[in-house]
Amino acid sequence: MIILYEVLLVPTSVLLLLLLCAAWSTWLERRLLAVWQDRLGPNRVGPMGLLQVVADMIKIFTKEDWIPPFADKALFVIAPMILMIMTLLGFAIIPFSPNIQIANFDNALLFILALSSLSVYSIMLAGFSSNSKYALLGAMRTAAQMLSYEVFMGLALMGVVIITGSFSLNDIVAAQENYWFILSQPLGFVLFLIAGVAEIHRAPFDLPEAETEIVAGFHTEYSSIKFGMFFIGEYLGVIFISALITTLYFGGWQGPVLPPIIWFLLKTGSFVVFFILLRAAIPRPRYDQLMRLGWTVLLPLTLLNLMLTALWQLTLGF
Amino acid sequence: MTIMTKEMSAIPTRTLKLGLTLAMLPELEQLLGDEAIEQKTADNILTLWIDKHQLIPALSLLKSIPEPFNFLFDLYAVDERLRLDKALLPAKDFTLVYQVLSIERNQDVRLKVALEDNEHQASITSIWPSANWYEREAWDLFGIIFDAHPNLCRILLPPTFQGHPLRKEFPCRATETEPFTLDDDKLAREQNALRFNPKEWGMDESSADNDYLFLNLGPNHPSVHGVFRIALQLDGEQIINSVPDIGYHHRGAEKIAERQTWHGFIPYTDRIDYLGGVMNNFPYILAIEQLADIRVSERVECIRVMLAECFRILSHMLFFGTFAQDVGQLSPIFYLFIDREKLFSIIEAITGARMHPSWFRIGGVAQDLPQGWHIMMQEFVDYFPAKLDEYEVMVMQNSILKNRAVGIGKYDTQQAIEWNISGVGIRATGLEWDLRKSRPYSGYENYQFDIPIAHNGDAYDRCQLRVDEMRQSIKIIQQCIDHMPQGNYKADHPLTTPPRSDRSKQDIDTLIQHFMNVSWGGVMPKGESSFAVEATKGINAYTLISDGTSSSYRTRIRTPSFPHLQMIPTMAKGLMVADLIVILASIDFVMADVDR
Repeated sequence: MIILYEVLLVPTSVLLLLLLCAAWSTWLERRLLAVWQDRLGPNRVGPMGLLQVVADMIKIFTKEDWIPPFADKALFVIAPMILMIMTLLGFAIIPFSPNIQIANFDNALLFILALSSLSVYSIMLAGFSSNSKYALLGAMRTAAQMLSYEVFMGLALMGVVIITGSFSLNDIVAAQENYWFILSQPLGFVLFLIAGVAEIHRAPFDLPEAETEIVAGFHTEYSSIKFGMFFIGEYLGVIFISALITTLYFGGWQGPVLPPIIWFLLKTGSFVVFFILLRAAIPRPRYDQLMRLGWTVLLPLTLLNLMLTALWQLTLGF
Repeated sequence: MTIMTKEMSAIPTRTLKLGLTLAMLPELEQLLGDEAIEQKTADNILTLWIDKHQLIPALSLLKSIPEPFNFLFDLYAVDERLRLDKALLPAKDFTLVYQVLSIERNQDVRLKVALEDNEHQASITSIWPSANWYEREAWDLFGIIFDAHPNLCRILLPPTFQGHPLRKEFPCRATETEPFTLDDDKLAREQNALRFNPKEWGMDESSADNDYLFLNLGPNHPSVHGVFRIALQLDGEQIINSVPDIGYHHRGAEKIAERQTWHGFIPYTDRIDYLGGVMNNFPYILAIEQLADIRVSERVECIRVMLAECFRILSHMLFFGTFAQDVGQLSPIFYLFIDREKLFSIIEAITGARMHPSWFRIGGVAQDLPQGWHIMMQEFVDYFPAKLDEYEVMVMQNSILKNRAVGIGKYDTQQAIEWNISGVGIRATGLEWDLRKSRPYSGYENYQFDIPIAHNGDAYDRCQLRVDEMRQSIKIIQQCIDHMPQGNYKADHPLTTPPRSDRSKQDIDTLIQHFMNVSWGGVMPKGESSFAVEATKGINAYTLISDGTSSSYRTRIRTPSFPHLQMIPTMAKGLMVADLIVILASIDFVMADVDR
């Protein structure tokens, strides 16, 4: 019975809940953007427009699933799947609460870095297999952006690892029992946040799909459910990065009074809202400016953060 | 020697502000000798008919004298074959008109060259690079061939088009032609014409070490503001070369003007710069009033100025929002649209329409201002400046936006003049040139306002200037509210169309006039009249040639956006695709204004 619970029930319900959350975060984004932009947003379908998501799903499932004749069919079909699978796999190691976690293993953080590297393939393959110029430009931008930002995303995480002495997320959460790592790793947090936005290419780092420049970037040629996968994949990415920030810097599920899972959802939710706010507020830098920022400012800062943490740990730690 | 038709000499012209005679240009007089023939026009622009071989020396001279006529204001053709008073002019089958302007002298010279059908004319692209598109347009619409032109091909019409539509024999209505069919052969021909061949666009396919990427930006692209296409030759994301392709929004407005009555063409003008509303009526109406010597009351002038400034704000607001949006800032456009709605509701209360009120009339405006107009207007004038300050902080002081826009798409005053740039585009380079100040019309001399200028001539300055201009427009509107003169909203002139309704319901003479004007159309006196105003996007001018009938013989619409787009390749060379988007946004063009 316990095995059944652990092997089947938890993963399935987490998966379903995640997909639903990702779907409804599209509603959340549209409503919140509307609030900040002095307009209404989708408010017609169901109470407060909550069923808009259902309507959108029906629409996206019934659209013609068109593969352009000039595209490389196999890669074109596989690309969106890779993104979905990689993002969903990432959630496997997130400790949602003390007893809700699909897999706990020691090198969880390395696993996350590996997954985020793999998801770059999805976007590059989508861009190249579409055989369209806008998609190609999008893919070129993605490759450069994600590869360079991954470098210091990993390095920013190392600060937490040094303090905890472990790559396991459970250990990291447990180590934050007395104080959250945002207090000891403020710079690391800011850097990880920036790298996180760049990794999931959300505004203002949405250059791979900058619609005013390269139409829709890497997914220009996608339609129907394959487009839907990229779309939901993006929101899954937002939730994933938010969950990761919560786990690494904000004590994960820990918190007084309320049950752990509520704390986790509250913290994660507020970061999702923060990502949406970013999109409403900030314009987009140019591609080369983004690269320059990454390599000349953020990378040295990350290294500095790493050295300071190590120094602190060596002198004051035990 | 001066030729004047009886009708022309009978026109009492308005007071001369720019009165220039050939005697005042001794160098030109010497060059032309006795051969030049001066034509009297209602606008009092020095108009000279010269021999086609004298054209290039004359233009070169005008461009090189002290205080030069170095701004190629307009270049267009006229089909003279059906002119009624042709015998009185030295015209042949076609006329090419070159209007050059001196900003320092604040004067114009119009040179006319008469050509037989099929007669060639030497291109002036070696003197002005901006003549390129104008000559292509003249070839496209009239079939006049320019020798030594670098790329004489279709510009407004598709490459497969047959005929030259502004020729008088070309049918104006679809019902005059055979029904349209698209058989397989024709379809194949059309499809074949769409094939992109870099060589035809003057681009190399590869350099010594790599192949170029050719990107077709538009005609349907989120950031080209309408149907505008740019063929890009890219090395990575760097622009090696760019070639604008226009004409997707061409509706033949100049041809339609030859068919509509003088009055009936007013709504078409609204749709030239479709964000400009009554600002488009302005030069057209003023050109007609100048031609017919209709004098309007101060109240009419003030109402016109107020409405025109409202539309300047409306157009700049949209520009401001889309500029931020094109740089990736998603929110300002919504705030500005909400504020535009507020102003549109005032426009609606006054004119009954929103974007295209077609509200100016020959000799006045359509209606008097409604009761309580000043309360609504005052509310907006009090409300908007504070909001504008807020938006300015949000957009103009954003460091990411500054990084994107400062130093991008930069040119200096000299280049701007070479390329025929007017409006904010030239003021951003430090030249204080605004027709509202230099040639005040409709009583602009009575208002206190400044002309904002900047000095870097880049995308950021162009955006900043439009923000500053909105403040000045608010200032003008405030003065209109405070000092709106009393008077009639229509002139007591037989050509006022339609005449004042209280009169036409009272006396038979006005009723007859009303009936004639709305059934047949008012008959404007013979002559030629051109009027330029400082429109939302630069200088907009209408040149009207009247043969003494109920519609115009030739209507030339000089729009600012047309030359502005021609400068894009110069501005974008060597920059990135993302910079091109910022440049496009900063030009503030409307494709309807380009293609007409």
